[in-house]
Amino acid sequence: MARDSQAALVALNRFGFGARGGAAGDFVNAASDPRGFVKAELGRPNGVPLEIPGLASTPALAKAVFQYQFEIQQAREAASKSTTGAATESPPQGAPDAKPTQRRNLSLSNIANDMSPKEPAMQQAQNNAAAPPVETMQPVAPKPPTQQPNIIQKTYRTEALARMQRAVMADCGFAERLVVFWSNHFCISASKGGLARMWAGSFEREAIRPHVLGRFADMLKAVEQHPAMLFFLDNQQSLGPDSRAGINRNRGLNENLAREILELHTLGVNGGYSQDDVTSLARIITGWTYAGRLGQLGTPGTFVFNANAHQPGAHRVMGKVYDQNGVAQGEAVLADIARHPSTAKFIATKFARHFVADDPPPALVARLADVFTNTDGDLKALSMALVDSEEAWKAPLTKIRSPYEFLMATGRLLGRIPEDPGRYLGGLNVLGQPLWSPAGPNGFPDSNAAWAAPEGMKLRLDISAQVASRLADNIDPRDLLELVAADAASPETRRTVERAETRQQALALLLMSPEFQRR
Amino acid sequence: METTIDCCEGLSSVTSRRSLLLGGAAFAAWAYLPKFARAADGRDPRLVVVILRGALDGLATVAPIGDPDYAGLHGSIALSADGPKAASMLDNFFGLHPAMPELSRMYREKRAAIVHAVASPYRDRSHFDGQDVLESGFGGPGRVQSGWLNRALEALPKGERVVSGLAVGPTTPLVLRGAAPTVAWAPVALPQAADDTAMRLMDLYSQRDPALAKALNAGLQLDKAATGDDMKPRPGTNGAAAMRLVARGAAKLMSADDGPRIAALAFDGWDTHANEGGATGRLAQLLGGLDGALAEFESGLGERWRDTVIVVATEFGRTARINGTAGTDHGTATVALLAGGAVKGGRVISDWPGLRPANLYQGRDLAPTTDLRAVFKGVLHDHLGVSERTLADAVFPDSAPVKAMKGLLG
Repeated sequence: MARDSQAALVALNRFGFGARGGAAGDFVNAASDPRGFVKAELGRPNGVPLEIPGLASTPALAKAVFQYQFEIQQAREAASKSTTGAATESPPQGAPDAKPTQRRNLSLSNIANDMSPKEPAMQQAQNNAAAPPVETMQPVAPKPPTQQPNIIQKTYRTEALARMQRAVMADCGFAERLVVFWSNHFCISASKGGLARMWAGSFEREAIRPHVLGRFADMLKAVEQHPAMLFFLDNQQSLGPDSRAGINRNRGLNENLAREILELHTLGVNGGYSQDDVTSLARIITGWTYAGRLGQLGTPGTFVFNANAHQPGAHRVMGKVYDQNGVAQGEAVLADIARHPSTAKFIATKFARHFVADDPPPALVARLADVFTNTDGDLKALSMALVDSEEAWKAPLTKIRSPYEFLMATGRLLGRIPEDPGRYLGGLNVLGQPLWSPAGPNGFPDSNAAWAAPEGMKLRLDISAQVASRLADNIDPRDLLELVAADAASPETRRTVERAETRQQALALLLMSPEFQRR
Repeated sequence: METTIDCCEGLSSVTSRRSLLLGGAAFAAWAYLPKFARAADGRDPRLVVVILRGALDGLATVAPIGDPDYAGLHGSIALSADGPKAASMLDNFFGLHPAMPELSRMYREKRAAIVHAVASPYRDRSHFDGQDVLESGFGGPGRVQSGWLNRALEALPKGERVVSGLAVGPTTPLVLRGAAPTVAWAPVALPQAADDTAMRLMDLYSQRDPALAKALNAGLQLDKAATGDDMKPRPGTNGAAAMRLVARGAAKLMSADDGPRIAALAFDGWDTHANEGGATGRLAQLLGGLDGALAEFESGLGERWRDTVIVVATEFGRTARINGTAGTDHGTATVALLAGGAVKGGRVISDWPGLRPANLYQGRDLAPTTDLRAVFKGVLHDHLGVSERTLADAVFPDSAPVKAMKGLLG
C-alpha cells in the first residue's frame, strides 16, 4: 500500500477539517489514497444536505419569529400604556433580540469545558473556581433574572449545533468545507437583526447546501430569492418608483442587493458592470420580497413576487434589454450573469484562493474558470477539477486555518462531538469569526493577513492552552501527533511536543503547531 | 415588523463584547517615536487618523441647510436649523448633526474644522475598493500592500521604539500597514497562556514557521499599558460605547511619555442604506459614538491635546437624494472632519458645488471639489513636517498635481 504522508496532510487539512482522534484512522486512510479520500464524500447521496429532526423550514421559522416579535411589540405597547405616570417601575420584561436578557458566559475555559467528557455541571463549578468568567470581572451590574433564551437565540444555537456536529463527525469534511465556502461567498449576517439570526441556518440549508454539488446558476437564484438574503440586503424595502406601491407610499429603490449581486456574488468588482447596470438590476428585482406575518402576499416567510412593487417596463443590464414581465425578468438576468466570463473568473479565483493559496497559481485559476464555463457552472465538476489538479497537491501548506476550521479541527482531534454550541460560538466570537455574522456582505476574509495576525495568534494560543488544561489529563499528546501528522510531522514539532513539561503544555503546543495550524 | 437593527446592537447574547469591539473598532499605532526636526520648538505632535468604514453620509453629518435643494433631496431625514433637534449651525449655511455636541463645542472653540465636498480619487462605488484607495493612498484600487500613513512614517526620522501598549488588534487598518513597524491594541480581558508555553511555541515557530513566529511575537507583547481596570469592556456595550472605549484606551496609550504619537482607528457600520434616521436614529447613534470618541481623545490626551490633530475620513459619500427606503445609497463626495488643539478650527472649508440637479455628480451624488489627499497632505506637511516631494511621490504616489491644503493648523 502506497503511503504518502505529505499528501495525507493535504487531503485532511487543505481539503478537510483535519484528522479525527480515536480509532477513525483518518490519517492512514488519507495516506493510502489521498484523492480518493477527499472525493469519497462527494459521491455520497445526502452528503451535503442537512436534514435532521428539529431543524425547521424558513416559513415555519418565520411563523414562530413573527409571532414572537408581534407579542413583544404588544407587550411593549401594553407596558408603555400601563407605566404612564408610574415612571419608577422597572422596565418591562421580555426583551427583543437586540437587548438580550441572558448574557452568555463566553470565557475560554467554557470553550474547553464544552469539549470535556466530564459532567457539565461539575466542570462549570471548577471553571468558576479556577478562572472567573469574563462576566464576573466586569464592574458589578445587576444580574438579569435567569431566563430561557428566546426563540431567535434558541433557533440560532440549534442550527449552529447541527452544522458543527456535521463538521466534527464527517470523514474528511471536504463537503462541509465546500458548504462553508459557498455560504461565505453568499453570506448574510445574523447581526442584521432578528430575522437574519433566525434564518441564518435555514438559509444555508435551503439555498446553499442543495446546490453545493449542483449548478451555480441554481444556487444564485435560490440565494437571491431567499427571504434571508432579501432581508439582509434590504430588497423587501425596495419599491419601483413607478410601481403602484412606490407611487402610493412615495418610496422607491434601494440598490443594496442589486449592487452586491454584481459586485460580490457574480461578476466581481471589476467584472465590467456600471452604475447604470446596478440601478437597472435594482429596478428589475423590485417586488422580490417575502410574505410577512399577515400573509397578505402568500405564506409568511416564503419568497413572493409582489407585482405591486415592481418597476414596470424593459430594462437594460450589461448591454442586454430585458423585457420580460414579472419575476422572469430578474431570473433572466441572473441566468445570464451566472454564465458571464467575469463570473467564471471571479469564482475560480476565490475558490482556488480558499483552498490552495492567498495568491493561487494562475494556471489553476484559468483551468477552474474553464471548467466552470464549459460545464455551465457545474460546481461538482469544479470541485473535482480542484482535487484532480496537480497544483492543489503540490502547493505548500501556507494558509492558516480560519478560526472555524481551527475549532472544528480541535473538536475532531479530541473526539468531542459538540452537545452545547455555546462555547464553540464563544470561541468563534473571541477569534473574530462569529458564526454566520461577518461584518459586511463580502463575508469573512480568506487570507493569512486576516487570520495569522498577531492578536489572533495570541488568542489561539490562549484558547489552545485553555482547551488543553481541561482535556489533556487522560490523553497522550504524542499519540495525538501521530493521528494529526504521523511521519509528516517535523522533527522540531515532535521534539517540542515530547519535551513539553506537562501533557497540558504538550497538547497546547500540538494544537498550535504548524502541522495543525497550516493547511 | 422588519426592524433593521444597527449591526452592533444586533450582536446579541451569542457574541462576546470583545469581538463586538474588534468587529466594530480597531486601533493601531506606529511602533517608534518620531524624532521630529522641530522638537526644538517644544512641539510633540500627535496624529490620529480615524477611518469610518461603510461610507459616511456627509450631507447628514454636516448638512448644507442653506442650500435650497438640500431639504428636498434629503427628504424625511433632512436636518433643520430649528425645532427640538435642530442642527447646530456652524455658519449661516452648514449645520452640524445634533448628535455631535462635543464636536460642535470644539468647532466653537476653533479646535475643529470641516472639509466638505471632499472625495478620494476613487469614483466607483464599491466599499472595499473605495476603502483600499482611501487608505492605500494610491490613485486606484488593487494596491493593498501598504497604506499612506505607514509610508509617511517611513519618511520620518525614527526615534526610540515604543515600549508600552503592544497587545494587538486582529487587523491593522490598511492605512497603517506597511514596512514601518506598528503595534496595535484592543480592549481585552481573557485568561492567557503561560509564558513558558508561549516561549516554547516561539521556539518552534522560529525554527519551522517564521511568519507565524513574527505574528505571535507581536501578539505576545503585553498590553500592560493599555489594560488598566477601567479599560475592560462593560456589560451593555453598544456600538457607540465601543467607539468611546477604544478611543479612551488609545488616548491613554498616546498620552504616555513613551507612547505612540501616530495612530489609526477604524470604526465600522456607516453603510446606511435603509432607515438612516435624521436628527435621531441609526446614523445619529453612530455619530454620537464618534462624537464621544473625539471627546475621549480630548480628555485622555490631556496636555497633549494641544499638539494633536485627529482626521476623520470615509471611503466615499452617499446619494444626495434619499432612496426609496429612507436611507441613502453609495455616492461620491462627503465630509472630512478635523479636530484637536493643533487645528485651526471654526471653519467649514469648502468649494461648495451646490445641489442643483445639474451640479450633482452623475446626477445623483454631491460632486467632489476637494481631493481628500490634499487634506491629508496638508496635515502631514504642517503637523509632521513631511516634505511636499515625499508626499507627492512616496506617500501618495503620482499625486503631484494635488497640492497640500495650506493653513489647516495653527
